[in-house]
Formats: sequence, structure tokens, C-alpha cells
Amino acid sequence: MEATGFSILTAIIFIPIIAGVVILFLDRKNRDLVRGVGVTAASAVLALSLAVFFGYDNYVKTDGGLIEQQAAMLESGVELSGTQMFVDALAFEQRVVWVESLGIAYHVGVDGVSAPMVLLTGMVAVAGVLISWNIEDRLREFMAFFMFLVAGVFGVFIAVDLFMLFFFYELAIFPMYLLIAGWGWVKLREYAAMKLTLYILVGSVFALVGGVAMYFAAGAYFSGSGADVFEAAVAGGLLPADSGPYSWSIVQLTLAAENGAFGIDILGIEGLNFAKFWFPFMFMGFGVLAGVFPFHNWSPDGHVAAPTAVSMIHAGVLMKVGAFAALRSGVQLLPEGADIHLPWMVFLTLINVVYGALIAFRQRDFKYVIGFSSVSHMGLVSMGWATMNLTGMTGAGIQMFSHGAMTALFFGVVGMVYDRSHTRDIPSLGGFMKVMPWVGVAFVIGGLTSMGMPGLSGFIAEFPIFQGMWAASEQITLQLGAFQLSNYYSVIVIISALGIVITAAYVLRVAGQVFFGEFDADRFHDVGNIEMTDRIVLIILGAPLIILGLYPPIMAPMIESGIRPLIALLGGG
Amino acid sequence: MELDLWAQLPSVLPEIGLTTLAVVVLFADIYGSAATRRNVVVVSAFGMALLALVPLIWQPDPALYENGALLWGGMVNYDPLSQIFKVMLLLAGAVTCLMAAGDKGVGDKGEFYLIVIVATLGGLMMSSAADLILVFVALETLSIPLYMLASFRRGDQRSAESGMKYFLYGAFASAIMLFGFSLLYGFAGTTNLAGIADAISGGLEEGLVAVMTALVMVVVGFGFKISAVPFHFWTPDVYEGAPTPVTAFVSVSSKAASFALLLRFLTAVFPADLAIAGVFIQDFWVNLLVVVSIVSMTLGNVVALRQSNIKRLLAYSSIAQAGYTLIGVVALQGADDSLAVASVSFYMFMYIFTNLLVFGGVILFIAKTDTEEISDMAGLNRRSPWLALFITIGLLSLGGIPPAAGFFGKFFLFQAAVNSNLVGLALIAVTNAIIALYYYLVVIKVMYVDIGPDDDKPIAIPRFYGWSLGITALLVILLGTVAVTPIYDWAALGAAGL
Repeated sequence: MEATGFSILTAIIFIPIIAGVVILFLDRKNRDLVRGVGVTAASAVLALSLAVFFGYDNYVKTDGGLIEQQAAMLESGVELSGTQMFVDALAFEQRVVWVESLGIAYHVGVDGVSAPMVLLTGMVAVAGVLISWNIEDRLREFMAFFMFLVAGVFGVFIAVDLFMLFFFYELAIFPMYLLIAGWGWVKLREYAAMKLTLYILVGSVFALVGGVAMYFAAGAYFSGSGADVFEAAVAGGLLPADSGPYSWSIVQLTLAAENGAFGIDILGIEGLNFAKFWFPFMFMGFGVLAGVFPFHNWSPDGHVAAPTAVSMIHAGVLMKVGAFAALRSGVQLLPEGADIHLPWMVFLTLINVVYGALIAFRQRDFKYVIGFSSVSHMGLVSMGWATMNLTGMTGAGIQMFSHGAMTALFFGVVGMVYDRSHTRDIPSLGGFMKVMPWVGVAFVIGGLTSMGMPGLSGFIAEFPIFQGMWAASEQITLQLGAFQLSNYYSVIVIISALGIVITAAYVLRVAGQVFFGEFDADRFHDVGNIEMTDRIVLIILGAPLIILGLYPPIMAPMIESGIRPLIALLGGG
Repeated sequence: MELDLWAQLPSVLPEIGLTTLAVVVLFADIYGSAATRRNVVVVSAFGMALLALVPLIWQPDPALYENGALLWGGMVNYDPLSQIFKVMLLLAGAVTCLMAAGDKGVGDKGEFYLIVIVATLGGLMMSSAADLILVFVALETLSIPLYMLASFRRGDQRSAESGMKYFLYGAFASAIMLFGFSLLYGFAGTTNLAGIADAISGGLEEGLVAVMTALVMVVVGFGFKISAVPFHFWTPDVYEGAPTPVTAFVSVSSKAASFALLLRFLTAVFPADLAIAGVFIQDFWVNLLVVVSIVSMTLGNVVALRQSNIKRLLAYSSIAQAGYTLIGVVALQGADDSLAVASVSFYMFMYIFTNLLVFGGVILFIAKTDTEEISDMAGLNRRSPWLALFITIGLLSLGGIPPAAGFFGKFFLFQAAVNSNLVGLALIAVTNAIIALYYYLVVIKVMYVDIGPDDDKPIAIPRFYGWSLGITALLVILLGTVAVTPIYDWAALGAAGL
């Protein structure tokens, strides 16, 4: 698509930023105005992200039929350029040169993987504002920082420039720190906020160094041996006419990757392959935010300590930012590295799935259960990336959306229960279905989704992941020195299916103890039903789970179209 | 060579302007009425801000500086590097004057502004000096006023101690540096920077040790000025004891001017192709500065973790910042000088405003509460949301978090390092950036999260002061977003004149 003109995505980034600045200038006593500006901005963003989602859906299915054609050509065995497919799949693009001499541009656009994420972020933004409706302490600052956080998250999802991706990634971290440390659960907030921030930043700055290394490697390639590739790409319209050999554009770096620019030896050491060396930095650097074992430790504490709105956006969206950035900058830009490293990293994701579920099972604190369940479910996303085939990666893409809405719903539920009962201790709660039927139903829907019940989005996500794992089993071998390990993906599937069983166990346990069972009328005499704003939150987050579960074609082909270029880059499959 | 006065005048116009300004301020302060004296601050600040336009209006001619042409009898460089540093030094002086305005015992004395102007003059000369003699004169023109400023609160013991310490260390470092200069002169027989390199490279087989010694001595002098480890011992004490506006000024001006000179000195006197007895001198100073850089950032950051006084914390942070900036200097070893020079210039440009912003906020806090303890900043967000926000933006920029300018600053440094095959150094630096972020975040946390005993006592920001802080904060944000390109491109031009 043409990269000119104003894009709706620009509005999606700047509306929250402007709203945040405006809110900072408002009178702090005028709480209604603060809330009004917040909810207006968030709703506008949600409306625009719906437009992006359905606009993209339309684009995939009809607009010129390009994506369909590609699929058909691949079916019939034609080899297509991954970069070309990636560029074709980008929609709503806008590109403005930012730092010309370094090839940094403000370049936004969505593909099939990021369009659902934009929608998810819009949903959670509105839900977060609504659920923070009655915050007592410094509502103005809370709302402003929340808006900045939302803008940062959007920025990562729609960046088509690697530098911009880093910029927004780090932009999101600081407001999150302040929101958790300032408004979180008093007992844990300072520790958890600092831990989370440092974990995430350590990951991202190491990835940043990797990004710089890729930038120079690609630049050296395009101005040296790959000059003809570069010229052909510019002439063919693949790259914008004003681009130079050194550029941060993800398109251009992808092109470099496809043509083997990252297959060089680094530091002149024989066998120390560039892609092999930097892939762990890029993938794990962002994987920290996706909660990949052993870097998941910040996540449960962070989620528990955060105020409800921040838990929602954090577990719901931010962990996906990590998984998404790991995919974009790791798998897409260093596919050779992915081929080498993902076959062993899959073990880490297995630990995520099973170990996260086991710990969740043992928790007494309602919010910790959800926190660890996020670790477990995000393991499935990374596992999906590790399949390196269309089925599995598409499943992971759906899982990102499904888990995002589901876990945000869970945290909303926990927040609503906690606000009224003032405890999160599971054994002392009980019978809340009677007093809070809306919340109870929402939890059951979320719970069934997380178990992977057919008819809900969890099934649409998890089943393809396992299917993809099974399919990948025959193709992937892990080389350990002289030792060869093959067909082990199928074993991993079987073990991780156990994780699903454990998930069912802890969800049922929580549902049984919190929402059914005895209601302690004396202790919880002032617990009443929820307000209108809370109901809207539950609907916004719960409805997509059902819709997607009943009608997967609303999202699955879109995500497939985003994954196909990656498969081509990874070398068929 | 015939002296074409009109062609050469723009190169020293800001210096002439500053000298005039100094005289005006001096006379206004001595002979003026009480009302005139109150206006001295406005005259100094706006005078310097206007002079900052001069280097923008009269741009140097590429045909001249690319060939290494010197003006004023081979004394002065007239190139983009000197121009960009002149602009930042003048703006730093102007902002310092504004921020000192309300400070009792500092800003209400006219001679404060006079001294700031003279120090700035020294900084300007440093950024364009092309001759050992001028280098030294400029250094002392900058340093001696700073010693005076550090002890400006004569009645205050801490201030007097700070000035004395600064002076003793400074005099010692200057002496060592001067000895280094004299060795260089002894070998080369010329005081012209570029001339020295020519003279040394022309067969001086037995002089290796002596040249190295001279190099080390010069580095010691610079190390002192930029407060790099192990020449940093004065920094925390001087920063803590000096009046806060002075600390702000010392932390930016002397550092920026020294980095400008360091870039010029190392590339001119010890260029990449200079080899004595088969030993490349550049390899030697690169390795030396890599070590200094690593030790500076690591020690600065680790010690800063333990500080409870905000001014001491900022002192150690500035040691670490010197370490980061040195990364750009050692990146000169790479094939493309412009990345290295641009990264240093950009870093200093944004560092000046960032540090002034942080100190500006801290000055007001200290003036209103009479305490320098970080723990007493508890609840600052409730007492003055804007003050807390300004300090936060400054700290974020120091920590390298977007959209503040520090993110781009650090990014350019790391990029220059990776380009010069210094990936290891870049990785050490990013690790350090994380450590640093921890203590910046702790200060922010104290302001936003902790609850203090005086939460219900608002701190009012004087209007004038609020505007200067607000504009500085806006600049920090702009430098991190839309203003990156013009400043960076300008900074990148600087390499052409070296």
C-alpha cells in the first residue's frame, strides 16, 4: 500500500498522548472532567482501532485479493519473497522521515499480526479507564500516565521502523513503573514496580545493542556486496525512493535478512554467525516482557502489585508487546538465528506452561492465581512461535488476542471482587455468584476460555498451537554437539497438554471457592452488585472471547496473512 | 598572511559580545541604581541568549574549515564543532543566570552574573582554540571563575571548603596538563595543535615514551575537568558544598567545553595515522580512555546508589555521564568520525539542558525547604505537581528514557561504539544505564509515591522561574523527538573541521 498521507494509526498514537497532556493541565479537583477526557480519548481510540481491525480484515479478504493470491501461489509451490509479502500485507501506512542521516523514520502500519493487537489495546484502554473510575488518590496523574502507557503500547504494535519500536517500547515502561509504584497494592508495589522495570529494561537495552548491530550489518551489506539488491528494491518500489543503504526500516532489514546479510561471521571469528549470536539478545530481550522462563519472575509480582487497570493492560497487552516484538525483531529479522535457537528455547516455553500452571494451582491469593496463569498462557504463545510453521504460529497469534482479552477480564473480575470484599484470600471468599452474578458469569467465561473449551476463543488458539507442534515434530532436530534430538516436539505437546489439565483444575477450584460455595453474609454484608461502568468493562472484554470462539474466520485468516511472510523468511514450511 | 578583519570577525563575535556584556554588567552593578542592579540578571541572561544566535547567523565556510584553515594568526578554529558548542555554552550561561535569580546570597549579587559571563567566555574560547597557548588561557579563564563561584557564599563554611577543594585540585590538574603541553612543545617546537602532529610524525624514534607521557598528562587535565575516574574526587564535595546554581553551572559548562576541546585535541595532536617507532599513538589513547570510561560509569553509578543527598547523587551521576560521553570520544577510532563527533556533541547538547532542568528543580526545592535529603522530597508530587514533573523529566532524560532527549543521546553513543567495533563497551554501557536508572527511579518514586510529613504544604513556583523551567523541560522533550534531526545533523558536520 502507498506510504503517503495521514494514517488513522497516527491518530491512534497521538490521541492518548494529547489527552494525557491535556489531563495534566486540568484542575485536579475537577474529577469529572478528568474522567471525561480520559474516557472520551479511550473511546475514540477504541473506535479507530475497530476501524483498523475491520478495515484490515476487509483488505485481507478483498482489496485486490493480493493476500489471497499469495496464499494460492504458495499452495501451488511458487516461491515468494518474504519481504515482498510483508510489504504487501502492510496497511494504513504512513512514513515521515525522522532522522534522515541515520535512516530513522516515523513509519507506521499494521499487518495481520498487529491489527488484532491494536484492537485489543483499544479494548483494554477503555476497560482500564472505566475500571479506574473511582480512584481516590490523584486521579488526574493516574489518568494522564495511563494515557501515556496506552500510547506507548500502540506505538510498538504499529511500528514499521525498528528504532521507533524501541522508542515506544521504552516510552511505555516509565508510566507503568509510576502507575504500579504510585497506585498499586501498598505491601508490594515499590518492590514489584522496580523489579518489573529493571527486568524489562535489561532485556530491551540488550536488544537495542543487537538492533544497532543489525543496522550496521545491513547497511554494510547494502552499500557493499548487496548494492544491486538495494537498487533493485528501490527501483521496484519495495523500499521508498528516499531510503539510503543504512536504515532502521523493518522492511529494509527484512530484505537484508532474506538476502543473507546476517549470515556473516562476526568479529572475524570462524563459525560465530551474526544471526546465531544476536538472535538470543533480540528474542530473549523482548521475551522478558512476554514472561519467558527464566525471566518470568517479575510478572506475578508485577501483576499482583499493580492497580486493576494496570494489571489489565499489563497482563492483557504489555506481555503481548513482548511476544510481538520478539517475533518482529527476532524471528522476522534473524530467521537463521531462529532456526538454530528456537528448537531449544521451546523447552523454556514448556517450563512456562507447566510450571506456571502448577504454581497458579497452589496460590491462595486470587490475583496471584491469575498472575501465574498469565505466565503459563504466554508460554503457549512463545511455544507457537517455536513451531515455525503456519498452523502453530497462527495459533500463537490468536492466543495473543484471546489471552489478552481473557486475562484483562480476569484481572477486572479480581479487582471488582477485591474492591468490595477487601480480601483476595480464596478460602475466605465464597458464594459471590449470588451477590455479583455479572462478575461470576464473566469469570466462568474467562475460565472456560483459559481451559480451551471449544466454542470460546481459547480453543481456537490452543488447538492450532498443539497441532503445529505436532506437525513441526518431524521437521525439527536439535543438534547438541554430536547428539541429535529429533521428534521431541510431540513429547513437548503431550507434556504441555498436562498444563491445560492443571489449568482446568485451578480455574475450577477458584470458581468453586470464590463464586459458589457458602456466602459469608456477616463478613461481606456490604458487598453489592457492580456498577454500570464495570458491566461495560465485562462486556467489552468478554464478548470478543465468545465471538471469536464461535466465528474464528473473523480473525484467523488475518493472522495467517501476517504469518505467511515469516514462514517464507524461515525457509518454507 | 594579510588580516582580513571583516572575514575573520564572525569567528570571535560571540567572545567580543561576551566581553562587552561583562563590562556592561560590571559597570551597571557598580554605578547603577538599585533598580538597575535588579535588572542585571535580565541583561545577562538575555544578552547571552541573544549572543547564542550569532553562531547560527554567521555560519563558517566549509571551503575553509575542511582544509583546516585557522583564523587570527593560527589561534582560532572556525568550524561547526566550535559553533555548536558555543551555542550550548551560551544557552547554559543564560539559563544558569535565570535560575540563580531568586537564590539568596547568590543571585542577588551582581558579580555573580559577571563571573558566569567570564567563565562562559573561557568556555567559548576553549571550543575554538587551535593553539596550546590559547588552550591554556581559555582553560584558566573558565576555571578560575568557577573556583570563585564555588566559594561564592563566603559566610558558608561548606561553600568555602568547596571552593578551596576545587581550587587545589584544579590548580594541580592544570599544572600537570601544562607540563604535558610543555613537553609537547619541546618536541615539536610549535604550539599549533595541527603543527605538533606534523612535527612529531616527522621522525622522532626515541621520543615515544615522552610523547606518551605528555599524552597521559594532558588526559589527566581533561579527566579532572570532565570529572572522570580517577580524577573525580573533588566532584561530590564541590557539588555538595557549592551554592546549587553554581553546581548546576559547573556540572554543564566545564564539562561541555572540555569535551569540545578533547575531541579537537586528540584528533589534531594524536591523529589516527600518527605512529612513532611503529606504535600507533591512537591505539594507546583509545585503550586508555576505554578504561577511564568503563571505570567512570561503573564507579559513578555504583556509588550513586548509596547516596542520600540529592546533590551528591547528581555528582556521582555526572561522573557516570562523563563515562558515557567518553564512549563517543573513543569511537573516534572508527572509520567514520562523524558518528563519534556527532554523538558527543549531541550528548552534551542535551545533557546541558537536562542537567540544568534537574538542578533547576532541585534549586527551588532546596530554597523552599532548606533540605538536600532525597527522603525529604517525599510527596513532592502532592506539594507541587509541576515541580515534581519537571524534575522527573530531567531524571528520565539522564536515565535515557524516551521521549526525553537522553534516549537519543545514549542511542547515538552506543551506535557510534558499535560502529567502531566496540560492542563490548556498548554492552557494558547499557548495563550501566540500567543501574543508573535504578537510582533515578528511586528519586522519582520518593516524589510520587512516598508520603511526607509536609504533604499538605504546597510549594509555589515563582512565575518567572516556572517559565524558565518549563521551557527547559520542553526543550528536553523536543530534543528527544522532533528537534533531533537538525541538532544531530549540525553536530555531525563538526567532524569536517577536525
